[in-house]
Amino acid sequence: MSEPTPQKPEDQKPEDQKPEDLKAEQGAVTETATNSETNQDTVRWTNAFREIASGNALLSLLAVVLAILIGGVLIAFTDSDVQETAGYFFARPGDFFAAIGSAVGGAYLALFQGSIYDFRRDDFLSAIKPLTQTLVFATPLIAAGLGVAIAFRVGLFNIGGRGQIIVGAAFAGYASFAWDLPIVIHVTVAVIMGIIGGALWGAIAGLLKARTGAHEVIVTIMLNYVAYYLISFLLRTDLLKNPGSNNPKTPPAAESAVLQPIFGDGFKLHWGFVLVVAATVVAWWLIDRSSLGFKFRAVGLNPHAARVAGVKVERIYIYVMLIAGGYAGLAASTEVLGTTTSGFTSGVDAGIGFDAITVALLGRSTPWGTFAAGLLFGAFKAGGFTMQASQGIPIDIVLVVQSLIVLFIAAPPLVRAVFRLPQPGARAKKVVS
Amino acid sequence: MTFTKTSEGKSHAGSKIDRRSWKLPIAFAIVSLISGVLFVGFAEDAPTGFNLSTGSDLFQLPVVHLPALATGVVVTILTALIAVGSAFMISQDRAVPKWIPIVGAILALTGFLTWAAADETLRVPELLAGSLVLAVPLVFGALGGVISERVGVVNIAIEAQLLAGAFVSAVVGTLTGSAFAGLFAAAVAGMLVSFLLSVFAIKYLVNQIIVGVVINVLVSGLTGFLYSTWLTDNPEQLNNPEGFSTLSIPLLSGIPIIGPVLFQQTLIVYLLYVIVAAVAFALYRTRWGLRLRAVGEHPKAADTVGINVTLTRFWNVALAGAIAGLGGAFITLSQTGQFGKDVTAGAGFIALAAVIFGRWDPIKATLAALLFGFASNLQNALSVVGSPVPSEFMLMLPYVVTIIAVAGLVGKSRPPAASGTPYIKG
Repeated sequence: MSEPTPQKPEDQKPEDQKPEDLKAEQGAVTETATNSETNQDTVRWTNAFREIASGNALLSLLAVVLAILIGGVLIAFTDSDVQETAGYFFARPGDFFAAIGSAVGGAYLALFQGSIYDFRRDDFLSAIKPLTQTLVFATPLIAAGLGVAIAFRVGLFNIGGRGQIIVGAAFAGYASFAWDLPIVIHVTVAVIMGIIGGALWGAIAGLLKARTGAHEVIVTIMLNYVAYYLISFLLRTDLLKNPGSNNPKTPPAAESAVLQPIFGDGFKLHWGFVLVVAATVVAWWLIDRSSLGFKFRAVGLNPHAARVAGVKVERIYIYVMLIAGGYAGLAASTEVLGTTTSGFTSGVDAGIGFDAITVALLGRSTPWGTFAAGLLFGAFKAGGFTMQASQGIPIDIVLVVQSLIVLFIAAPPLVRAVFRLPQPGARAKKVVS
Repeated sequence: MTFTKTSEGKSHAGSKIDRRSWKLPIAFAIVSLISGVLFVGFAEDAPTGFNLSTGSDLFQLPVVHLPALATGVVVTILTALIAVGSAFMISQDRAVPKWIPIVGAILALTGFLTWAAADETLRVPELLAGSLVLAVPLVFGALGGVISERVGVVNIAIEAQLLAGAFVSAVVGTLTGSAFAGLFAAAVAGMLVSFLLSVFAIKYLVNQIIVGVVINVLVSGLTGFLYSTWLTDNPEQLNNPEGFSTLSIPLLSGIPIIGPVLFQQTLIVYLLYVIVAAVAFALYRTRWGLRLRAVGEHPKAADTVGINVTLTRFWNVALAGAIAGLGGAFITLSQTGQFGKDVTAGAGFIALAAVIFGRWDPIKATLAALLFGFASNLQNALSVVGSPVPSEFMLMLPYVVTIIAVAGLVGKSRPPAASGTPYIKG
């Protein structure tokens, strides 16, 4: 296959299998005219089990479990107590296992407390605060992930999230501190500026792909670096630099341009999250309901067939990269106008652009799947910082777990083999994802 | 992965209009225009020195002085002539000789250097030697990319292979106290990353770009995690590898300009020369190379004549990983002296760009990597003499050049036909 097929054939498998399953069941029913009741039950149970085992939800769950297990092995492996107790393993093996338990258990407990619910707190409001923190981290991940996912549906691999976020941040940031506008209008204009910035940067890749056939993977990777050096330069000039300081950092956003907290000042969760929920609805409508989205999917499944059917494929490439960049720009807007409003440096992207790719892959390029994946990775990020602070476990472990999840989800046969689930016939081998 | 996927769209249109490409004259017209504005309009009327010799040369070359303004005028006129001349040739349907763009590029570069370093002296051997040092990991990575893509597996994971090599060579080099052991371990580490790529791309048929991207994240996370938990606690015993010392080759190292650049280097660099030559020869002249290319271009045909496509891909991707791993070893053993978090700093992606810029050919990819190394080092050299160009724009140059290259200014780049396509027998 030459382009990443956005909709994995795996998705269609349950439907494909239905006729067979039905046949099997019918066969079972007709046979059981003479057979015993228990046999019928066994057949039905086997069918049900097979359906669950070949389903995506279970596989995704198992992939997450497997990745977390491997992460646990890594944590135990590098823990100093575990290493110490391994020295006298044969004398007192109990110590060794207790050390593993406390290292891994402590780590994942911290992860949970940092991302979902901190039960050490007395009142519900402060105990639930980590969950709002998760939503804060998830906000840009979902937006940027949608950008990657939409491009995926056209068969384009948008690795340019980083560059699009940087340029979007520059646009939104500039609008937020250089312009003086009334209260609601300012924040609206600033968010839209961020979207425009990201969209323009994304459109370069789409334009080059449409006009010259330049491969978008290479172009977007290169544009990431170009954007990085461009903003590094601009941060040294008066255009973006805070005039009062020598640091390459922008001035803070004006109060009128800030996305306000939803639940008051005690919580960091801001209206950017609501924007992102709305953006997810728009993405769903765009892909699944609009005629443009229909063309997107047609081009993604087979550009040649789409061209024959009268779709202007080149134009679709430009449109989709505009939109994908716009979503990354929205992520930038929520970052610089909502989460870190005190000004930003050239590291504004903070890995979101690359995380977005894994988010989109985990969400299988569907808008709501991406939304869920963004929430999961947001939780990992929020919890990862708590884990680093309280247990001294570097946050890089989160990267490892995240990438393992995506790898396992992309290779269902592997997960089935690990958990000894039945492989759905020889067809599983032909899964191209 | 087909890097020129939409070219079919262009060929539809191309069938009714003429196929003459006006890119070359347009490019040189732009160069001439820039040269006229910058090198003449903003020129300092002062000479620029080019120091061509170092103290260790067999004989000394004089320092060449070029007057900045006059050089700018000459470069502007000559590049304009190239633009007009090539436009004329194309309008007459005659092929433009290949040396013309090369001469034009050298002219433009000379004009740029003379303008940027006006009233200063550039030390040319140091500039080139520094470029080579920056380019070595890129060349290793690009060779790994060429082999892997030529056999039909897209290798976005070059960055991961470099990083794994850099990490392992630092740890093993320190533990054993031997740079050779570190070098060998780096090759093994790169190979292990390749195994991961192969298992998912060849056995489980996962999209190769996805696997590559994810492996990059995985290795970055893994090395970062181990670095923060192990190496920072105990840098002396774990992250203090013995480096390779510089070996001067007698006589050859005394030749002015190329001697100090090419023949006063560490062992890894000499190893690189051998590997580049071996790959370039073997890819086109041996049975191994023929089979490799056959599998990458038309796996079904290769399978039909009895070549095991899966195994050929598996072992050649492993070889590619080993070569890229050596590049990682060079970073820690020769450049930085120790491993740091994400020490490769995107070198793998520039190597990937070199693969495409070099059109999947080992020699051309090597030259592309050298060019990128030169562009990065030029920034260092010019910041020393105080250049009028902001350093960020110099750093941006390799990436912009790659975009222009991929967009087809230097000609259509065609990837191996089956690159990115998993092979399913039957």
